[in-house]
Formats: sequence, structure tokens, C-alpha cells
Amino acid sequence: MIDSTYILLIPLLPFLSFLLIGLLGRTYFPKQCSIIGTLSLFASFVISLVVAYQYFFQIGQVNGIYQKITAFKMVWLQFSPNISIDMGILLDPISVMMLLVVTFISFMIHVYSMGYMHGDPRISVFYSFLSLFTFSMLGLVISTNIFQIYIFWELVGISSFLLIGYYYEKPSAVAASKKAFIVTRFADLGFLVGILILSFQSETLDFQTLIERLTTDTEYLNSATTASFFGFSALTWGLTLVFAGGAGKSAMLPFHIWLPDAMEGPTPVSALIHAATMVVAGVYLVARLFPVFSISAPEALNIVAYVGAFSSLFAAIIACTQTDIKRVLAYSTMSQIGFMMFALGVSGYGGEEGLGYTASMFHLFTHAMFKALLFLCAGAVIHYVHSNEMNDMGGLRKLMPVTHITFLIACLAITGIPPFSGFFSKEEILLAAYHSNKLIFAMGILTAALTAFYMFRLYFTIFWSKPFKSHQAETAHHGEAPGTMLLPLIILAFFAAITGLIRFGKYVSSDGAALISELHVDFSIAPVLIALLGIGIAYYLYKKENDTPQKLATGLSGFYKAAYGKFYIDELYLFITKGIVFNLVGRPIAWFDKNIVDGGINLSASTVGYISETIKKFQSGKVQDYAIYFFAATIGFVLLFIYLWS
Amino acid sequence: MSASTIVFYILAVGTIGSALLAVTANKIFRSAVYLLFSLIGIAGIYFYLNFEFIAAVQIVVYVGGIVVLIIFSIFLTHESGKDMEKPNTMRVIFSALSALFACLFTLFFIREQTFIKTLNASVEPTVKNIGRQMLSTTEHGFILPFEVVSMLLLAAMIGCIVIAIKSRPAA
Amino acid sequence: MNEIGLEHLLIVSTCLFFIGIYGFLTRRNMITMLMSVELILNSVNINFIAFNKYLFPDKLDGVFFTVFIITIAAAEAAVAIAIIINLYRHYKSIDVNDAEKMRF
Repeated sequence: MIDSTYILLIPLLPFLSFLLIGLLGRTYFPKQCSIIGTLSLFASFVISLVVAYQYFFQIGQVNGIYQKITAFKMVWLQFSPNISIDMGILLDPISVMMLLVVTFISFMIHVYSMGYMHGDPRISVFYSFLSLFTFSMLGLVISTNIFQIYIFWELVGISSFLLIGYYYEKPSAVAASKKAFIVTRFADLGFLVGILILSFQSETLDFQTLIERLTTDTEYLNSATTASFFGFSALTWGLTLVFAGGAGKSAMLPFHIWLPDAMEGPTPVSALIHAATMVVAGVYLVARLFPVFSISAPEALNIVAYVGAFSSLFAAIIACTQTDIKRVLAYSTMSQIGFMMFALGVSGYGGEEGLGYTASMFHLFTHAMFKALLFLCAGAVIHYVHSNEMNDMGGLRKLMPVTHITFLIACLAITGIPPFSGFFSKEEILLAAYHSNKLIFAMGILTAALTAFYMFRLYFTIFWSKPFKSHQAETAHHGEAPGTMLLPLIILAFFAAITGLIRFGKYVSSDGAALISELHVDFSIAPVLIALLGIGIAYYLYKKENDTPQKLATGLSGFYKAAYGKFYIDELYLFITKGIVFNLVGRPIAWFDKNIVDGGINLSASTVGYISETIKKFQSGKVQDYAIYFFAATIGFVLLFIYLWS
Repeated sequence: MSASTIVFYILAVGTIGSALLAVTANKIFRSAVYLLFSLIGIAGIYFYLNFEFIAAVQIVVYVGGIVVLIIFSIFLTHESGKDMEKPNTMRVIFSALSALFACLFTLFFIREQTFIKTLNASVEPTVKNIGRQMLSTTEHGFILPFEVVSMLLLAAMIGCIVIAIKSRPAA
Repeated sequence: MNEIGLEHLLIVSTCLFFIGIYGFLTRRNMITMLMSVELILNSVNINFIAFNKYLFPDKLDGVFFTVFIITIAAAEAAVAIAIIINLYRHYKSIDVNDAEKMRF
């Protein structure tokens, strides 16, 4: 058993720093906020490292299998003797891995933000939001309880909302934050219903008990799988709905529309939330419930696989046409998360079958490194160019050498070129898909090629292509970012390059036993070649400024336009919400409410008002009037008593 | 028609007549004097009914106390000899009609009603009897209401002083 | 004396009562309104005495009530006049229509 007190510090330190900075920082020490936030995160990171070391190398393993350890548990709300909402810390390979990733990336982002947000008057607010976000994300990954995860899930949602809307003077940022919040909330509705179904079927909220009951306990399993609704069992419905919540946070189809817009937030936020940590919450959730998905509800897992694969391809196609570099990265994030999702989807439980699970978690891990790096590089570029548009950039390789190299490393990593990290994880994913489902494998390969193409399109357009023309100065000056921004770039680039060499299967696998995955050289040749082909096309099209891409776009006009317009999903939703829900349903109801319901209320109110206005006049203040009323009433009563009473 | 009947009629007509004048007179002082006559007339009726003690109280308290108090307050609040403001004609007509109607209705009702006299031996309303029974503490004694009324008088006295005292102008 | 019955007295008291009511409703001067109230109280007193005399000669309750009513009327008159004088200090008038602050 690990002493739980210092594990508690991992989420609590950011929370304390949130309270400190949020409540006092702005007034008393605006300059020191960034340092406080960063230090608390650094402490968290160090503790996470210690915990990870202890877990993976000292106490986590019993008989070669990594255990799920409840390091801390406290009953928060007791509904019935069986059902309670607990707050606790659950340690298992994925939660420990996520602790490391979240604290590490968050720490890097904190350091980076010191440079990026330098001079911003609301930097204390920014840091308090960052701390809040980190706290919620850490709380999410260590949840012992499906309701605890839901609470932190929503906290993550709200902090994401706050951070996207950080530049609240910009209407687009406000709209984006609202969109993100509403879309994910909408998906979370599914999550909540899913939680209710699962907890109803398993009569518990606790993850371990729930997983145990819904995978091995025949009594619960029978009732959960026989109940049928539209041809699917209750369990399948519950898991699908939970996955819907995950799809909302992870920007899978059809809930992906918020992610590109979320790029309105400051770039470090995009790196932290919309690349490395928050968006993988959905993947994490599916992984958390993976035994149930895999053993008891393979239909739901199939849905995960197809949604993941399709989102992945879909996002990759759109990414090829976008011109805003952050949007390209956003779609690439969505695509990579699709990879993780379908890796989970094609995975089996235990042993070699569980390769997809390991691969997915591995990709989550490596993706966090190189995607954070990509965003931070993009942030550095934007910081220098003051524009998000690709067309405003070009030829920056001489001006920003460090950024250039780190960006290249990240691109190679995401593309899956050996020996960079993405290669290992992506190769495992593709292998798992190949063994399980050839259609998904084909989509994966196609996506990998497209990934290579659009990443290097981005790379060549930013750093090569035409020479850079600054808007501000006639002569392009040396534009490297300050040290606080470069340091995280270099560190992340280092990790993006080498993390692939970790034998990930040894630590993280679906059933806790070590999974020794061989590097299948013969298998990897094809994906790498395809990736190289993608790079080659990008090189050919974008190395020098020329009009081939334009011609190509014109040649594919219809498809290109559709992809450029993100396949009009936003417009479709707008049409559904505005055209159908608002106009056809909302307006009549609003009319009914305003005129009939309110009218009735107003009528009764005005009638009462009229009556009281009338009888008010009796209260004239004139004594003799009162006397007349009194006299008249007395006569009336006397008459009444005499003639009606007897 | 015996002499006593005539006396009663004179008393009744005098009382009612002066009461009518009291509520219709234009000058307030005259009104007060008519009220005085009316109250004396009522005292006369008490005498006529052999309730000498009540008649004496009536004269002492009403004629000697209340009417004097009213006249004092008239002096305090009016310039003497001035006509009072005329009441609203509509109100006069309406009030007269309704009072007349109610009066006739009541009289009609009194005519219809039959009163039954008790057959018990009568008690003379002498001062001695009144005093005995009022201050007795036995079953039908009125000592408790007597004390309560005395408390009420005290409270009224203090209240009058508090209300009517001239508040000192704020420094 | 036998010819004078209870009804006679009741007629007198009823007339006095409604004269008082009429005065109370029509007079605008507060002191005259007070006088009307005195008339009403006196008519009630006559009733008490008459009923005591003609219906219940075995008791003296009517007498006592009359005495108490007279006492209370005296107290009431004193308080009323105190209020009237106070009002007069405020409004320089004892017209009942001038004291109409207490309303909606």
C-alpha cells in the first residue's frame, strides 16, 4: 500500500494554487502568479514521478500483474448501503501513466506560458484557470468511481470553457467557448444517462466493483445483457452512451465541431487542453471501462472502433485543406484521437489480443508529447508572425532555428518515421487493426498517409516556401522566442523523439500482465513507405512556392470545397438547431409561452390589480366614509339576521 | 291623558328636538348648548323613571363634565360666533334618508316585538341598593368591572396627558 | 304613569340614536361628531334603563351598565378631545376631511 497522503498532493497542489492565485493573485501579487502556478505544478510532477516509480517498479506488480490499487477513498455521498459516491485515488497503469503525462505536459505549458503570456494584464486569471484545469484533469484520471469521474469531467469542461473564452473581448472566442461548452454538455447528457444505466445494472458506482460485476458475475451480467431496447442490450446502450460522452470530450464524430473553434483560446491552452490532455479524456474513459466493453458488449466496442476510424479519416481529409495552422493541428488532434479510439475498438482483452489497448495508451502517451510540442511550436510561430494564417508565413527556418528543428521532430514523430516516438505507437495500432479488422486497417493506413501529407504541408509552408515578409518591419529580424518558451520546446522535442523506445507493453496492458510486443519490421515497412510518400507529395507541392496546389484544388474543386468547409457539418447542425429546433419547435412553444401561458398569468395579475385599484379607493382616509360603510354594513347584517336567520 | 304622561311627552319632545338641533345647528357653540339641553332632557327621563341616582350621575358627568370639556375644546379650537362649514348636500340627503329608513325600520321592528316582563319581586334602584350590589364581592357583585373601569379611567387620563401635551420643539 | 310603556322609551332612544348617526355622518367638525357620539351613547343608556325598569325590575344590571357606559363615555370624550386638540395643532383645523393622511 502506498502512503496516500502525498498522492493526494498531486491534484491538491494545483487546486491550492488555483485558490491562491484566483482569490488573491490578481490583487496582491500579479507578477508572481506564473511562478506560483509553475512551482506547484513542478511539485506535482515530481510527486507523480515518485508515485510512478513506486508503482511501476516497487509495489504495483503482484505475480507479474499490475494491480489496481485504491490508495485513498472517502465516502462523499451515501445514497444507499450499496451505492455511494466516493472520492478517492485509484492507481493502475493507465492512471499512473496519465498522472505523469498530465503533470508533465501541464508543467511544460506553465513554463511556456510564462514567456507566451508575458505582459498580459490578466495573467493571474490565466494561471488560475490553468491550475484549475490541471486539478480537474488529475482528479479525473485518478477517479475510483464513475460519478467522481463525471464530476471532474464537468470541471474539466468548465475550465476548458473558461480558457477558450479567455480573450473574452473577441466575439469569436466567446462563441467558441459557448460552442465547446454546449456541444460537450450535450454529449455529457449521454454520459450521465450511461452512468445511470450502468450503475442501475451493476448496483454500484465504484469502477472496480462495476467492472467485476459486469464482466464476471453472471447474475448481473445476465440481467444487463438480456434487457433489450431497440435490439441492443441495456449494457450496450449504457456503454454506447458513456462513449457518447467520451466522444464529446474527445471530439469524435459527430461531436467534433467544437474542437477547431476552440483554437480561439491562447495557444498554450490549445496545447494543454485540446491536444495533450483533455481531449484524451474520452479515450481514457473507454480504456477505464475497457474490460466491460471488451468482454460484455463487443457491439459497443465496434461502435467505438468505427467512430474512431471514421473520425480519424474524416479529420485528416479536412486537415489537408485548412489554412489556419492551429486548425490544421486541431484536426490532426482529432485524427490522432481517432487512432487511439479505433485501436481500443479493435483490441481484445488480455494477452496478445490486447495489443490494441496497449497501442492506444502508448499512442496517447507519445501523442501527448509531440502534439503539445507541435502546438507550442505553432504558438512560437504565431507569437512571432502575429497571424494564424499559413499564407502569412514561410521561410522561417533561418529566423527561428530552434522552433524549426523541434517542429520538424514533432512532424516526424506524428508521421511515424522511425525512430521517433509516433512510429512505435502508430505501428502497434496499425498492427492491431490489421489483425482484427481489415477495413479499419485500410482507413488507418490512408489516414497515416494523409497525416504525413498535411503535417509536412504545414511544415514546408511555415518554414520553407516563400521568404518571410514581416508586417511590422521591412527587414525580417531574428525571431526566436524567449527562453521560457524555447526550453519546453527542447524538452518536449527530446521526449517526442525518444519515448517510443519505452517498452510500453511491459507496463500498460489490458489485463495488467506484461505484453511483450515485438517490433515487426516486415509489417512496418508499408506504413513507413506510405508516410514517406505523403511527405514526398508535400515536398513536391509546398517546398517552393508554386501554383500546383492551387491547380490541384481547382481540379478537385467540389471535394476540396467540401473539405475546406469541413464537410458542412457545422452548417448542418446550425440548420438542425436553428432551422428545425428553434424555428419549428422553439418559436411556437415560445409564442405559446409568451402569449397563452404568460397571458393567462398577466390576465389574472391585471385583474387582481384592477380589483385592488378599485377597492383601494375605499381606503380614503376619510373617517366619515368609513362610518358610512360601517353603518350600511350594520344595517345589512341586521336585515340579514332578522329575515334570514330565523 | 294624565299629567305624568304629559310630562313624559314634554321631556321626550324636548330631548329629541334639542338633539336634532344639536346635530343641525350652524354655530358650534349653539350645537353644544343644544346637546346640553338634550342631555338634561335625558336626565329628566331618568328622574321620570325613578332612577334618581342615574339621573344625578348623568347630570354630574355629562352636563357637568363632558359638555364642559367640549365647550372648552371649542374655545380652544374655534373663533366664537363663526358659522361651521356646510356639509356636502348629497351627503346630507343620503345620510338623512338612510338614518330615517333605519329609524323607521327599527321602530317597526319594536312594534312587532313582544316584550315579556319577569315576574320576580322588584328591587328598588335606590343608591343604597346600587352601592351594595356594585361593590359586593358575592356572586352577582360588580366589583371586578368597577375596578376595571377605574383602571380604564386612569389609563385614559394618562393617555390624554401624553397625547395633548405640547411636545417641546427640538433643540 | 302606567300609560307610558316600554315602547315609548324605545321610540325616544331610537330617535336619539339615529339623530346621532345622522350627525356623525354629516358633521365635518370633529367636535360636533363627538357630540353625535355622545347622543348615541345616551340613547343606549336609555335603553338599558328602560329594559331594566320594565322587563327586569328584580335586578340592577341595567343600572350598572349605564353607570359604566357613562364612565367610559367620559374617558372616551377626554381622549377624543385630547386627540382633536393635537390634530388642531398640526393642521390648524379640526375638519375631519383635513385629517386624511391615513389611507392607501
